[in-house]
Amino acid sequence: MNMLTAEQQEEKVAEMSNNPIKMAGKNVSVHYGEKQALFDVNLDIPERQVMALIGPSGCGKSTFLRCLNRMNDTIDICSVSGEITLDEKDIYDRDIDVVELRARVGMVFQKPNPFPKSIFENIAYGPRIHGLVRTKAELEEIVSTSLQKAGLWDEVKDRLDGAGTGLSGGQQQRLCIARAIAVSPEVILMDEPCSALDPIATAKVEELIDELRENYTIVIVTHSMQQAARVSQRTAMFHLGNLVEVDETDTIFTNPSDPKTQDYITGRYG
Amino acid sequence: MTDVTQTPDVDVSIRSDRRHALVNKRYSTEARFKYAGLAAILVSIAFLVFLLITIIWGGLPAFTYNYVKLPVNLTQIDASNPQAGDYDGALRNGITEAMPYLTGRSGRRLARSVVSGGAGIELRNAVIEDTSLAGQNADFGVPVSDFADLYLKGLTAKATLTRPDTLIDVSGTEGEVTIEAGSGVFRDFLNEAKVAIGQSAEVFRRRMAALQRSLDQQLAIKANSQDTEAVEAAIQQAEVLEQQIATAKNNFDALIARKNATNTAEALDSSMPSLLLKIAGGTIKVTEVDSNSAKGDVIVPPTSTSAAAGEWTMHIIEETEDNRKFSDREVAVIDKLVEEGRIESRWNNIFFSKGASREPELAGVWGAVVGSFFTMIITLILSFPLGVAAAIYLEEFAPKNRLTALIEVNINNLAAVPSIVFGLLGLAVFLNFFGLPRSAPLVGGMVLALMTLPTIIIASRAALKAVPPSIREAALGVGASKLQAVFHHVLPLAMPGMLTGTIIGMAQALGETAPLLMIGMVAFVVDIPGGFTDPATVLPVQIYMWADFPEPGFQQKTSAAIMVLLAFLVAMNAVAVLLRKRFERRW
Repeated sequence: MNMLTAEQQEEKVAEMSNNPIKMAGKNVSVHYGEKQALFDVNLDIPERQVMALIGPSGCGKSTFLRCLNRMNDTIDICSVSGEITLDEKDIYDRDIDVVELRARVGMVFQKPNPFPKSIFENIAYGPRIHGLVRTKAELEEIVSTSLQKAGLWDEVKDRLDGAGTGLSGGQQQRLCIARAIAVSPEVILMDEPCSALDPIATAKVEELIDELRENYTIVIVTHSMQQAARVSQRTAMFHLGNLVEVDETDTIFTNPSDPKTQDYITGRYG
Repeated sequence: MTDVTQTPDVDVSIRSDRRHALVNKRYSTEARFKYAGLAAILVSIAFLVFLLITIIWGGLPAFTYNYVKLPVNLTQIDASNPQAGDYDGALRNGITEAMPYLTGRSGRRLARSVVSGGAGIELRNAVIEDTSLAGQNADFGVPVSDFADLYLKGLTAKATLTRPDTLIDVSGTEGEVTIEAGSGVFRDFLNEAKVAIGQSAEVFRRRMAALQRSLDQQLAIKANSQDTEAVEAAIQQAEVLEQQIATAKNNFDALIARKNATNTAEALDSSMPSLLLKIAGGTIKVTEVDSNSAKGDVIVPPTSTSAAAGEWTMHIIEETEDNRKFSDREVAVIDKLVEEGRIESRWNNIFFSKGASREPELAGVWGAVVGSFFTMIITLILSFPLGVAAAIYLEEFAPKNRLTALIEVNINNLAAVPSIVFGLLGLAVFLNFFGLPRSAPLVGGMVLALMTLPTIIIASRAALKAVPPSIREAALGVGASKLQAVFHHVLPLAMPGMLTGTIIGMAQALGETAPLLMIGMVAFVVDIPGGFTDPATVLPVQIYMWADFPEPGFQQKTSAAIMVLLAFLVAMNAVAVLLRKRFERRW
C-alpha cells in the first residue's frame, strides 16, 4: 500500500492550509476488543474549515470521528491509543473532563435524534446543564439565535412548545445541529448527517454547514462524494482503518495521488 | 444467464399447479392458525366470564344486610354519657314489644335468636355517633341474625307455597291445636313424609347390613380360632352385635310399617320435610298429618280459627330441620316480621366498616382492606426505589464482568423462588433477629418487597434496554454527564415500562398469602389497624380464613371479599395507568 508517512502527511497539510490546526490526531489506533479498527492515523484538522472523511463502509472514519469527542468511551470494549489534541492539549489526558470536552466538541448523529421533549427544551437542555444562562431571557435568546443559525427559526418560531419529534426529518436534523451549537462548541462533528434525509432537506443542511464554517470547525463523515465535494475544503480518505490520503478537496477529486482514492471517488470501488 | 433458459423441465411459471397448491396450502395454514387463536381467546374469555359471574353471584348478597325495626325506648339514655346506658335492656324490651306472641322462656329465647347477638353494641355505637337518638322512643333498625339474613335472601329453608282450594278450621289460637280441612289437601305432603320415612328406614337397613358383616367376622373367628381368649372375645362381641342388629331391625320394621300404613295419621319429626300453615295472620307448625286433618303447634297465633278457601297457605320446606340451622319456628317469626313490614334490606355498612368477627353478621372486610393498604405502601416504598436504582446501576453503570453476571443470574432466579421461602426469611430475620413486631403491615410489606424486587428489577432493566441508544448519544453529545443523560433522558422514557413492572409486582404482592402466614398476619384481628406496626391482616389472608369457616354466612362474605380484592387491584392499576399517562404527556 502506498501510505503516507506521518511527516509527509503533516508537510502536505501545512502546505495547503493557512488556518491554524484546531484538532490533531497523532498515531491514533483504536481496538474494539481484539479487533483493531484504526491503524496509526495522523490527521490534522484546521480551524474554521470543513473536513470531510470519506471511505468505504467499515474503514474507520466514524470510529475516528467518535474519538474526537471521546464518544467511544461509552463502548466498554473500545480502547484508544495515540494522541488526539484539541488546541494542542491531549483530550485523553487525565485532567480533561470529558463532559467539558463534549461541550467544546459537539456532535450531530446519522439519524436525527431530538429529545422527546419540546423544541425549546431540546435547545435549552445543553445551555442549562452547562450553566451558560442565568435568566430565562438569556435562555430564550440562546434558543432563538441557535435556531436562527440552524436556519430553523422561521419554521418553528410559532411552535417552540411543540414536540421536537413532531418535525420532519430534515427539520429534526437541523434541530439537532441547533442543539449542538447552543452550547457554543468550537468543533462540530457530523456523522453522516444527511443519510436519512431527502435531497431537499440535504441541500438545506449542506447550506447550513457552509454557513457554520465561518464560526466553527466542522468534521463530517459522508458516503456521498458529491456532498464531500460540495461542502468540504479538505478531504481525508480512509481505507481498512488506514488514512490513505488527505488533501484539499479539489485536489482529491481532480487529481488524487493514490489510485485507491481514484477508484473510490469514481465509483469503481467501495 | 443461459442456464435458466436451458432448463425447461422445471416449470417456474407463477401459474403452475405446484405453485398453486403451495399458495393454497399457505392460505389454509394461515386460516387454521387464525381460527385456533380465536378459539383460544374465546375459551379464555368464557372461563373469565364464568369466574367473574360465579364470584359476583356468590358475593352480591353480602353487600346488603337485613335489619329488623324494633321499637326501642332510649329515654333512659343520658345524651351526655351515651357509653353507659343499658342498651341490651332497651333492646330486650323492644324485642318483646315487637313479638308479643312469643311468651314464656322458650318464646323469648326464640325472639332473641332472630336478632343479631351484636345488636346491642350496634345500638350503642349508633347512639354514640348521633347523641340526638338518646331520649327518643322510636323504631330502630338492628341487624337480624346471620341465619335469618340467609333465610331472607332465600339461601336457606326455601319453602314452596301452595294455596289450597278448601276451607280450614282450627281448634284454637294457641298451644296444640287440631286442624280440619277437606278434600285430601294434606295427601301429597303425607306421601312426601312417607318417602322421608322410607329414606330413614333405608339408613337402618344399611346399618343392619354393616352390623351383620361384623357379626359374620366374629362368628368366623369363633369357629376357626384355636386361641381360647380370642374365641371368648369373639363370643362377647357377637352378643353385642346381635343385640344391636335386633334394635336396628325393630326400628327398621317400625319405620316400614309406618311407611306402608294407610289411613293413619303420621307424626312428623325433624328428619322429615316441614309443613307450616299460615292462617289469618298466624302460623301453625304441623306435628301430625293425615289426608284431611292435622295436629300442630301454634307459633304465631292466628286472629281467627277458620279461613276460607284460597285465604290460607301451606308452606312446605323440603330441607329437613336436621339439615339446617334455621328452625321452623324462626321461619314463622321472620315471616311474621316481614308481613308487619319490620324487615328492611340495607346496604351492608358493617361489612365495609368493621374488622374480623366470629359472628358472620358482624364481620367486616375493612380491617383487611386497611391492612392491605398499609402493607402495599410499605412494599411500594421499599421495592420501587430499590428496584429502579438497582436496575439503573446494573444496566447503565455497572461494569460487565463475572460478578455482575452472577448478580444478574441470581436476580432472575429470585423471581422464581416460591413465595413462602420469603416468609420464612421474614420470620427468621425480621422477627427473630431484628425483633420487629409480629403480624404488622411493616414486616408484611418488607417481606412482600423482597418478593417484588426481582420482578421490578427485571422489568425496569428491560424498560431501560428498550430506550434507543440514540437518546443517550444525543445527551452525551451535548455534553451531559452519564448520570445526567440517564436521569434527564433515559429514565423518563423508561418510566412507563418500570411502572408496568411495578404494578405487576404489586398485584402479585397484593394477592400473596403464603409468606404472610409465616410472619403471623393470619391472626384474628378485630380492630382496624391504625398504623404500620398495629396487628393487621390482609385481604387474601382474610379470604383464606373466611373460606375456612363453616358458617354459611361466611361463604358469601368470602365471595364479597374477593370482589373487594379485585376492586382494590383495579384501583391500583388505574393509578398506575394515570401515572403512565402523566409521564407520557410530558414528552
